[in-house]
Amino acid sequence: MKILFLLTFLCIPDYIFADGAVGDLMAERWSPYVSGALIGILAAATVLVSDKPLGISTAYARISGMLGLIFAPGLTKRLQYFKETKPGIEWEVMLFAGVIIGSFLAAWSGDTIHANLLPHTWAQRFGDDSSALRIIAAIIGGVFIAFGARTAGGCTSGHGISGAMQMSVGSWIALIFFFVGGMAVAIPIFGR
Amino acid sequence: MDEVKQDKPDILRKRISGLLFGMAFGFLLQKAGVSDYDVLIGALRLTDLTVMRVILSAILFGSIAIYVLGKFGMARPHTKPTNYASNIMGGLIFGLGFGLWGYCPGTGAAALGQGSWDAAWGIFGMFIGSYIYALATPTLKKLASIGDRGKLTVPELTHINPGVYIIITSIMITLLLVYIHQY
Repeated sequence: MKILFLLTFLCIPDYIFADGAVGDLMAERWSPYVSGALIGILAAATVLVSDKPLGISTAYARISGMLGLIFAPGLTKRLQYFKETKPGIEWEVMLFAGVIIGSFLAAWSGDTIHANLLPHTWAQRFGDDSSALRIIAAIIGGVFIAFGARTAGGCTSGHGISGAMQMSVGSWIALIFFFVGGMAVAIPIFGR
Repeated sequence: MDEVKQDKPDILRKRISGLLFGMAFGFLLQKAGVSDYDVLIGALRLTDLTVMRVILSAILFGSIAIYVLGKFGMARPHTKPTNYASNIMGGLIFGLGFGLWGYCPGTGAAALGQGSWDAAWGIFGMFIGSYIYALATPTLKKLASIGDRGKLTVPELTHINPGVYIIITSIMITLLLVYIHQY
């Protein structure tokens, strides 16, 4: 019964948006509509199969706790947050590892492996010798994004996709403010 | 499906399912093009609508799928808690980080998988940020009490039947997707 449901949903997007090269593993890109539709169905499938909403930011918190147990075990064990969100190789951590592997397979099959530090848009704005600046921006950005995700209760996948599709009011608000905050940084730096 | 007691095969099954779902998620993110810094920054500069297309399509199909599954009693609801102050403040802080790093938690992991090494530094930053949050949790509890509405859904807030809400949002998202298709 579960499998029948999955198959039905997997067939729908192909009928509606038959414009992308979906299914062609060698293609560089798939249609954003079909890929998006499949991601939405995936987010329903994780609830169906694993009873877990698709959300990845908790993985970072669990890994952070694991690192904390290595470098500052006494302090980490006292923190209330890590008593609630247990450090360890839970479902989300495996999801995180899977995303890295899955993306590698997609890039490898489509011949789009980057193997670079500076993205095109960044190098155009800050020059080819801006590696140190890029690393600093990435680390600070990572600190803010994790702190924000924990405060808001989820990230683009947990709130933006899983939360919004489950009709949560807070998820729609968070999704809008993710992009409002992002625009407030990206537009002054890179222009429109 | 209640977690009463976890024995070893259960933990293993959970881990394998997590890994497989992650692989599918990462594969789709990369093929959709949203693991690219240029595409994500383009979304924030409003010059590239790929991210918008992916997210809206995901919400469209996901909300119908989860609604149908719920109707057949095959999926437990996992409504995210609504808390106006936390959602807005957290959302804005997240956004600042999004603009600086250029990736979000899921697409950042996918970017690492395709060899965008700048993503690795942001992932490192995320481990630090998560730890800082854990340190600050007692202070943040005050923020969490402002505008706390619990597990509130849009149909509950607006007193619309959930089925009707799904139909209305599906039509609106479809129209929006058709409209932005020209750009």
